[in-house]
Amino acid sequence: MCLGIPAKVVQIDKSNLGKVDYLGTRVKTNFELLDNLKVGDWVIVHAGFAISKLNEEEARETFSLLREMAEKEALANKNMEKEEAKE
Amino acid sequence: MKELRDKRVIRGLLSEIEKRTRELPSSPRIMEVCGTHTMTVHRYGLKNMLEKVGVEMVSGPGCPVCITPNEIHEAAIELVTENENFILTTFGDMTRVPTRKSSLQKAVPAAGSMVKIVYSPRESLEIAGSNPEKQVVFFGVGFETTIPAIALTLREAFEKNLANFSILSALWIIPPPLRAIVEAKEIALDGFLYPGHVSAIIGEKPYQFIAKEYGIPGAITGFEPSDILLGIFSILNQIKDGNATVSNEYSRVVRASGNPKALAVMEEMLETKDSYWRGLGLIPQSGLKIKKEYSAYDAEIRFNLRIKGGSGDLPGCRCGEVLQGLISPPQCPLFVKKCNPDSPYGPCMVSFEGACFVYYKYNPTIKNEL
Repeated sequence: MCLGIPAKVVQIDKSNLGKVDYLGTRVKTNFELLDNLKVGDWVIVHAGFAISKLNEEEARETFSLLREMAEKEALANKNMEKEEAKE
Repeated sequence: MKELRDKRVIRGLLSEIEKRTRELPSSPRIMEVCGTHTMTVHRYGLKNMLEKVGVEMVSGPGCPVCITPNEIHEAAIELVTENENFILTTFGDMTRVPTRKSSLQKAVPAAGSMVKIVYSPRESLEIAGSNPEKQVVFFGVGFETTIPAIALTLREAFEKNLANFSILSALWIIPPPLRAIVEAKEIALDGFLYPGHVSAIIGEKPYQFIAKEYGIPGAITGFEPSDILLGIFSILNQIKDGNATVSNEYSRVVRASGNPKALAVMEEMLETKDSYWRGLGLIPQSGLKIKKEYSAYDAEIRFNLRIKGGSGDLPGCRCGEVLQGLISPPQCPLFVKKCNPDSPYGPCMVSFEGACFVYYKYNPTIKNEL
């Protein structure tokens, strides 16, 4: 029920109605709940309504944190292999 | 966005999580409040992976179809079976919930009446517009994620002065049942994963009491596997530091103060009321109803429905306990044998994010063991 789909705004009119592109499909969407949206913005769509605009800067920060986690793990594995090789 | 499902990221997060759990005297138990989180936890096998690194996940009350008591489902069934020329619109899952009076899908509507599944509440307005000779009732269920869409639909009906449209509402707000679960003390929890899209609407503040009054850590999280693990990692860090907060690990979508326009339309059209939740019983100020000014659009008032409290569960159904995290689905004697997606006995097996359905779908071994 609380499934929200990230989709790109492809059309928006003055009455805040328009369409998003979701995996190549254009879906009728109501943008009434958000301000200052423009074509090209990414939003979360739920039950035909856009409920939140994606913040790209925050997204980048999260993704870089996640990459760090992966790198840390890779490094730890490498060190372990070295230790094992020494033994 | 590939980081969100990347194997290396997931391994990295799991190993950080394990470092934290090793320092703890016992396995922390974390409730994923939201049914959509339950789906991610099982779909990607996180439940077992987390168990191996010392974290126990339990499912919570976050499935609106499931927590809606049978009395409301039955009122909807009566509307279409006892009245001619009624169109009842609702979300797909709602039509399959079995009650003492059959289900919306199986019940036989009166002459000229029917049940129509909609994707968006607004479709009901179009249906009302093109069927002026019929009454159209939208059976609207949802948490804060869905409520603004329903409130906007209500406002549009009011502005257009639509005479043949009303809403049978089953609207629930998430923080009060969390207090009820903690207060009941039947299950000890070390952390909450807060629902990402509910939080996109309400923000961080409504959960603060869990941290402040009860000292239980929590994290708002998104719906990808890495999101879930990041939330758990944050909770473990809070446990380690002895500092319970509400951390926001879904900041790409959730603002601290939520969505002001959505909150405003909810406030404008709806007001809080005490509501019955399946399993949890009567919870103060845990539901929303249509304000008096708009009562012409409230199906409960318009059709004098007199919906009673929540004691209408089918005998033997333990969905209520599943919703509180007191039992896991396989502990219910009906699970798989008498209750499965083809022939669900309780709502937790109906909804695609009901815990029973999710356990059934993503854990093939459970089916074989039984």
